[in-house]
Amino acid sequence: MEPYNPFTLQGKQILVTGASSGIGRAIAIACAKMGSSVILTARNAERLQETLSLMPMNDHQIIPADLTSQEQINALVDQLPKLDGMVQCAGVGSRVFCKTLDQNAIDYIMKPNLEAPILLQTAILSNKKINKAASILYVASKAASSPAIGNAIYSASKGAIISYAKCLALELAPRQIRVNCICPAMIWTDLIMQDGLTREEMEEAQLKYPLKRYGQPEDVANLALYLLSDASTWMTGSAIELTGGTQEL
Amino acid sequence: MKLDEFVANFADQFDDTDSSEIQSSTVFRNLDEWSSLTGMAVIALAKAGYGKSITGAELKACVTVEDVFNLINNK
Repeated sequence: MEPYNPFTLQGKQILVTGASSGIGRAIAIACAKMGSSVILTARNAERLQETLSLMPMNDHQIIPADLTSQEQINALVDQLPKLDGMVQCAGVGSRVFCKTLDQNAIDYIMKPNLEAPILLQTAILSNKKINKAASILYVASKAASSPAIGNAIYSASKGAIISYAKCLALELAPRQIRVNCICPAMIWTDLIMQDGLTREEMEEAQLKYPLKRYGQPEDVANLALYLLSDASTWMTGSAIELTGGTQEL
Repeated sequence: MKLDEFVANFADQFDDTDSSEIQSSTVFRNLDEWSSLTGMAVIALAKAGYGKSITGAELKACVTVEDVFNLINNK
């Protein structure tokens, strides 16, 4: 008898953006371990290669792209097979006080975190590169509902992508395509290390979380596996918080 | 605006219906995939592709794809 595994991704083609590091890398590796073929994209080809070297062999593919460029979105989508799943994970963070926010600071966050995933989604849909009953996943953030000093635009970008994803879920439901968001609290990645806090300060801060630690990228990847698999075929339009129990960031 | 070009753009609004099933004489409401959502897509096509605003009521009065073409063309 085969072992019971409702989370298998065998035979699925899954695109992961931001696959060169952090949560995107962990999701790409986990998808490959669950049996799917993964198309890895991010700007840095070398680091994508590193991710690939950590994945069990299968029919994987690396397509480097800067998703803030429409030409590069188009070039990526041209090369894509028909997808059974996609994870929009690419994103940036930065903390800026509201009184110093300017157009550059807004664009720095909003272009990669909001505009790029929306325009990539448009290109994939209009080029019919997604199969019926596929699963689309956005990695948003607990920051969307938990205010933090200096995080105004980052929080706004994540809140906006959640609202977008919920509308998309309605539009794609007739084709049984599902759209969900994961909203993690602090995860040990390069992104949170850019905030100016030292590792020691964050080691201390994570003890305020009820489960006494920040998350690991693999914690997010495990939820992504559920949402990408056929185990979650009745779930769409949801934004799931994954927080180690914390209500604050 | 050419009719055959419009028919191709109209057919492009469908995901599962083969474009060979859609001609200028097709009664589009009889297509399995036709829904209010596809209707919205056609209204968006008129706006984005041809710069013309058509209403849901006007679209409702159309029977064939060519009727939609004429509706947009006469705006």
